[in-house]
Amino acid sequence: MTNAALTGERPRTLAEKVWDKHLVAKGEDGTPDLIYIDLHLVHEVTSPQAFDGLRLAGRPLRRPDLTIATEDHNTPTLHIDRPIADVTSRTQIETLRSNCAEFGVRLHSLGDIEQGIVHVVGPQLGLTQPGITVVCGDSHTSTHGAFGAMAFGIGTSEVEHVMATQTLPLKPFKTMAITVEGTLRPGVSAKDIILAVIAKIGTGGGQGYVLEFRGSAIRSLSMEGRMTICNMSIEAGARAGMIAPDATTYEYLRGRAHAPSGADWDDAVAYWETLATDEGAGFDAEVVLDADALEPFVTWGTNPGQGVSLSDTVPNPETITDDNERAAAERALEYMDLAAGTPMKQIRVDTVFLGSCTNSRVEDLRAAAEIVKGRTLADGVRMLVVPGSARVRIEAEAEGLDKIFTDFGAEWRFAGCSMCLGMNPDQLAPGERCASTSNRNFEGRQGKGGRTHLVSPLVAAATAIRGTLSSPWDLAADLAAGATSHTASHTASHTASHTASNTASNGEK
Amino acid sequence: MQKFHAVTGIAVPLRRSNVDTDQIIPAVYLKRVTKTGFEDALFAAWRQDPEFVLNKPAYRGARVLVAGADFGTGSSREHAVWALRDYGFDVVLSPRFGDIFRGNSGKQGLLAGEISEADAETLWTVLESDPGLELTVDLVDRTVRVGDLTVSFEIDDYTRWRLLEGLDDIGLTLRDEARISEFESTREPWLPRTLPALSSPDVTP
Repeated sequence: MTNAALTGERPRTLAEKVWDKHLVAKGEDGTPDLIYIDLHLVHEVTSPQAFDGLRLAGRPLRRPDLTIATEDHNTPTLHIDRPIADVTSRTQIETLRSNCAEFGVRLHSLGDIEQGIVHVVGPQLGLTQPGITVVCGDSHTSTHGAFGAMAFGIGTSEVEHVMATQTLPLKPFKTMAITVEGTLRPGVSAKDIILAVIAKIGTGGGQGYVLEFRGSAIRSLSMEGRMTICNMSIEAGARAGMIAPDATTYEYLRGRAHAPSGADWDDAVAYWETLATDEGAGFDAEVVLDADALEPFVTWGTNPGQGVSLSDTVPNPETITDDNERAAAERALEYMDLAAGTPMKQIRVDTVFLGSCTNSRVEDLRAAAEIVKGRTLADGVRMLVVPGSARVRIEAEAEGLDKIFTDFGAEWRFAGCSMCLGMNPDQLAPGERCASTSNRNFEGRQGKGGRTHLVSPLVAAATAIRGTLSSPWDLAADLAAGATSHTASHTASHTASHTASNTASNGEK
Repeated sequence: MQKFHAVTGIAVPLRRSNVDTDQIIPAVYLKRVTKTGFEDALFAAWRQDPEFVLNKPAYRGARVLVAGADFGTGSSREHAVWALRDYGFDVVLSPRFGDIFRGNSGKQGLLAGEISEADAETLWTVLESDPGLELTVDLVDRTVRVGDLTVSFEIDDYTRWRLLEGLDDIGLTLRDEARISEFESTREPWLPRTLPALSSPDVTP
């Protein structure tokens, strides 16, 4: 039963309801609407110039109680007890600290249990809630849409605008329904859904839209999986992705530090229950994806839309009809040093990165740990495991996941954005190839000249074992084919060479 | 912000689509805490290639960039706009922009004009045939003129008006301050607040 049916109002989508609820002033004669912002997340990279703007204009930060800051983009993932070695990084972190102190903003600094990637911190504190508006000077703010919030990334001018007014002038978005029906096979996960969606609609396909993900495959996902999907909405060009809240959402929120409690909880749930898209509400565009048919997905190129099933081959640009797309594909293959027709599974990697706001929550780490447990990292491959927040790290350690990863041969690091964008020392060397659970395979994103293949945590783990792009399906096939004897012969020398590095990384704790 | 009416200057043909903001300015340049001085960071990776279009002497001092579709996609970094401005660009023309980049441009006085794919191709051909050619971008009538050729571009009315008037967004919004306060008085009491600071219970192994 929908509330529109009860009240006789025009049926509305989830996005429209949240928009209408936050309308401070309706735009007239082509002017934008003025939208109230419930939660402003701040980090060190896109905020210093905004704080400066406030200072220059003599304006206060209007709602420190709706603002929260953390350190994530620049922070080192080793030696966090020492001063940050890179002077410009250190300056940026110190600038955030002094700005937050001056303007009264709560900051979770390096060393604080709630420090971590801004999009992991908001949900883990229970600040991200259904039906609210969330902004941050970071395009992956779309992550928070997993709760049925309207959440999107903004530029620094807009950061200053929200600081000064707690509002943003915005033109209404169009809406796009992305319906994913069916059941994911074991070994296929939320990351594969969103990579397949982006490959289908392209990196510009969502421009101007808010995406609403719906259907049985979405409903059956955990909050972590939903966050992975909404996180990468921006990679399809959409500023926001949303999923209607349900029992899974409420269960995740219940008992978190900033979640409502007592009678407030009941009032909140009553509001949240009204948010789902009404029956009969129209979308401006619709896309359908079949979850049953989905395979592990991986990118071959230099934008997130350049992806194929792992069982597929590197595409041939000559078969692309659009001139610009063909040129882009040719340039991508050159940059990635790949030949058309190469089976994706034959591509060897140098590095595996498990982390980023897309896939660094404890569930992601658990899924990968389950696969690598008792196995050995492939020869010549390094693996970085970077939890999304200090809390995730501690939770994972309480479960013994750190031990599983270090025994495997991976490096267990402190929380932050790390190798997703290489603003800290965690970077690829030129020409290095990486299977990465992050969100962008742009040229040089993970380090100048670095080559990125976007994958799920499950594919990352399987790839770390086999050394070539692989999924858990390949591990099962190896076992069936008795390939274990081959692996075993590697194991002895491997274990020895990795023991030294394990000890070193354990020593950082 | 300065008022923007028309610009006449050298235009650079950038025959690439999907120019994401990581290409416009790589992340290593985002550590600065200032809003200026990013000119060296613009297309930093590509500029190491001597053949890259911006390295050609004919395009020195350019003020207009003509790029392929999906310019400015990806990261929200406004540094991409600052870098273009600092380098000397006043205008970027493309068949389609990343949403956040387009918004950032309007707030920093960089004109992001949408042209058709066909017009992009035409402009590239004209500019490549005579490197260093100047063209005029007129915001008043939303046209690009070079020699006998005139093509039109799209920009939303509101952004155009703000650019023409050189208006500051925050100042405009604060004229509605009373309505913001009124809205705030109706917000539900259970909505999340970051203060006082709370933390979830500690994890026990």
